[in-house]
Amino acid sequence: MADKKNYGMVIDTRVCVACSACVYACKSENSVPEGYCRDWVVQETNGTFPKLSMENRSERCQHCAKAPCVIYCPTGASHYSEDGTVQINRYRCTGCKACLAACPYDARYVHPKGFADKCSLCKHRLDKGLETACASVCPTTSLNLVDFNDPEEKALKMMNGKEVYRQKKHAGTNPSLYWISARNKPGA
Amino acid sequence: MLSGTNNAFAEDNGEKVVYSFCEHCFWRCGIAAHVRNGKICKITGSEHHPLSNGKLCPRGTGGIGQIYDPDRLAHPLIRERKGGQSSFRKASWDEAITHTAEKLYRIKEKHGPEAIAMLHHGYGYTFFKEMFKAFGVNKFAKPSYDFCCGPRRQGYEMTYGHPAGTPEGIDIINSKYLVFFGTHYGENMHNTAVQEISEGIRRGLKIIVFDPRFSTLAGKAEKWLPIKPGTDIAMMQALMNVLISEDLYDKEFVAENTVGFDELWNEVQQMTPEKAANITDIPADEIREVARSYASHAPAAAVHPGRRTQWYADGTQRIRTIAILNALIGNYKMPGGIVNYEKFKLPKPDAHPHPHFEKEVWSKYPFFVKTQSANTIASHEVVQQTLEEEIKAWFVYGVNVPETITLGRKTAVEAMQKLDFLVAVDTLPMEVTGYADIVLPECTYLERYDDLDDGRPYRTPFVTLRQPVVEPMFDSKPGNEIARMMAKKLELHGIFEDSVETYLDKRLKKIGSSLEEVKKTGVLVSKPTDLYRKPGEKLTFKTPSGKIELASAQLKAAGFDAVPKYIKHPDPPDGYYRILTGRKPMLTFGRTANNRFLNELPTARENEIWVNPRIAQKHTLSHGEYIHLKNQAGIVSEFPIKVKVTERIREDSVYMVHGYGHYYKKLKWAYTKGASHNQLISKADIDKTIGAVGFQNNFVTFIKEA
Repeated sequence: MADKKNYGMVIDTRVCVACSACVYACKSENSVPEGYCRDWVVQETNGTFPKLSMENRSERCQHCAKAPCVIYCPTGASHYSEDGTVQINRYRCTGCKACLAACPYDARYVHPKGFADKCSLCKHRLDKGLETACASVCPTTSLNLVDFNDPEEKALKMMNGKEVYRQKKHAGTNPSLYWISARNKPGA
Repeated sequence: MLSGTNNAFAEDNGEKVVYSFCEHCFWRCGIAAHVRNGKICKITGSEHHPLSNGKLCPRGTGGIGQIYDPDRLAHPLIRERKGGQSSFRKASWDEAITHTAEKLYRIKEKHGPEAIAMLHHGYGYTFFKEMFKAFGVNKFAKPSYDFCCGPRRQGYEMTYGHPAGTPEGIDIINSKYLVFFGTHYGENMHNTAVQEISEGIRRGLKIIVFDPRFSTLAGKAEKWLPIKPGTDIAMMQALMNVLISEDLYDKEFVAENTVGFDELWNEVQQMTPEKAANITDIPADEIREVARSYASHAPAAAVHPGRRTQWYADGTQRIRTIAILNALIGNYKMPGGIVNYEKFKLPKPDAHPHPHFEKEVWSKYPFFVKTQSANTIASHEVVQQTLEEEIKAWFVYGVNVPETITLGRKTAVEAMQKLDFLVAVDTLPMEVTGYADIVLPECTYLERYDDLDDGRPYRTPFVTLRQPVVEPMFDSKPGNEIARMMAKKLELHGIFEDSVETYLDKRLKKIGSSLEEVKKTGVLVSKPTDLYRKPGEKLTFKTPSGKIELASAQLKAAGFDAVPKYIKHPDPPDGYYRILTGRKPMLTFGRTANNRFLNELPTARENEIWVNPRIAQKHTLSHGEYIHLKNQAGIVSEFPIKVKVTERIREDSVYMVHGYGHYYKKLKWAYTKGASHNQLISKADIDKTIGAVGFQNNFVTFIKEA
């Protein structure tokens, strides 16, 4: 296993039921203030009766390798952490919202205390060798934390032979979240 | 990467972790409650508990919203009537208990113990049940039996000789093909089942969903078949017709292990796929294809019994049809088929003496469950007997009667107003407490001990402990203490140990453990049990015939159909739509209605009425607008409900989540949010075999704001 980590997530939308356990777990783990959330759930239905299809997803900051929030942050508050995640130093943040405008994934909000806030991929837990709060609670194991530097990583192997996508690839952000499409057949 | 190591992480943070089990739904998952500075800061899934396996649904996490609900009942309340006005005043526990005991004693002296009934929901009821039994009262009603799990329990019992179980005895993770009729896992967050279905999908499980609504589970299905509501039995008969007429069923298994095959064939041979297509709106070819695929995956295939199973008056027969569909492919005790999970073998506590009961079971229905001491009468019978003034007093534990009882809100309220005396034990000021004479504030499940839970059969049988995470808040008390106080006041001796800890410790010592030991992880787990039959193993069933009963002689003898028949249910009147109901994954009806933590998400805040776009156009309804609903009896929803225009539902039905539209102002958060489903129930269809109540023959139309 490489010493240097490069964290991201593989999200298996085949099994997600949009229950929002991840959202509530995040809220209590990270004391997210009332009215805000760092992750959220999308239930997307397409087609007309009776030919319908559905994809459920738990979304959050994509911890991009080329993160517009970091690029446009005037104070250096938004930064790359050496474990591959994107973090915010709230003491350097002036709440100018440049990052909110720059983020193609709408992953950020301004905390009532005046700084920009978003998913930290539970860095405080990663540093202790624990999974993110959302992944550890997820009843369907749709959420999988991965270290892209670990070639033995089980979650990476999960993607083999399946239709996998990344969101808004055209934005050129090189996001660290990979999505196993709900279009995959069971057992693919 | 580590997961679910609740303790390891907590110690670094100055946190304490207490293991217990959840009370947000009947599933009762294991939880790990994290305490920081004397306050519960988060709740996660217990890694030790087989039902949670380290994972938890949103409601479990939401326990912090319940314990810290600012609207909680803080003190005992006594109703006072002055000058035609009635209001509550705060009382001391001693005064409230004395008053309760006196009043119950007088009612028993005057009208006999049969004039008192206890309605209960939730795991803390056991101490009150013991207290009432010693008092001579033996009318216990569990509303969930009436409309939820009763038919499933008894329908399975009559066919296989054992109940369907919770978790349901289906080997989901090893199954290759599962058929669901209207059961919406994912919206029903039964943690373990959802985990197994997900694992099943990863391993290649094919899911078939018959549902008038495109549920979340339908979104995972290979086939979603939008069946006309009320026609399931016709569909199941047609599937049997194909299995038998095309010789796809397991002839050897059926010959050896079942009775009544000829009677079954006599009944289903008329239900050709073409005939069923006309009844169910599902094309005959699709019916054939499902039957053939189902048989081709046998025995690693099953039809799931579902959970809330009383829809019309034929709920038990509908479940029997499901049980028979399983029997035909010989999936009993086979990997991926039906299994019979075992419970943990915990000796029952020593029985204490009680006066002779006039009846052990009070229900008038011939196939009402006879083996559950906490369920001796159907709750709708309690309502009826109250209206007939046979029952004079109710002791209500955790049942929000106006929004729960299946004869609808109006009838429930009429019954409560006839009572001489109503005591409500609850944690929150629910509608029912507004009708009570005495309100006894129980502390939440996070602040108390309850009895050990050995009631859940699973792959690894287990017994689990509920223990206090923090001290009771306000002037609330644990149920075990309230029951003890009442027993003392009623001079009933020898029912309870000196303390609940002594009682639990004694029970656990009988199996070589102790309270101290179980407190550490909250659970004792035994080894996995043998689930599958060995080649050549002879199966026995605890039915009257000792076989799986495709035709039931006992039903026939009691004047019912031996083999389930399809009976047509009424169609909605013109311009009206059948109300279908369900739940949201983050809510459990009354238990979570006022939970501010869980209600924070916009998707949780209110219920919507789902309307097909063609119907919305016909009634000029637009997505997002608020309207009122009016049912076939002219009842108009008290509060408006938001319209959700969606392709996900048939044109003859609408869908709304149950448990919204609370009308009690003291539920400060839930008050006025959404429309109440229970208010719109005016018609109840009673299953005369087991005494369950269906309510899907209620229809609504839309009323725009004037």
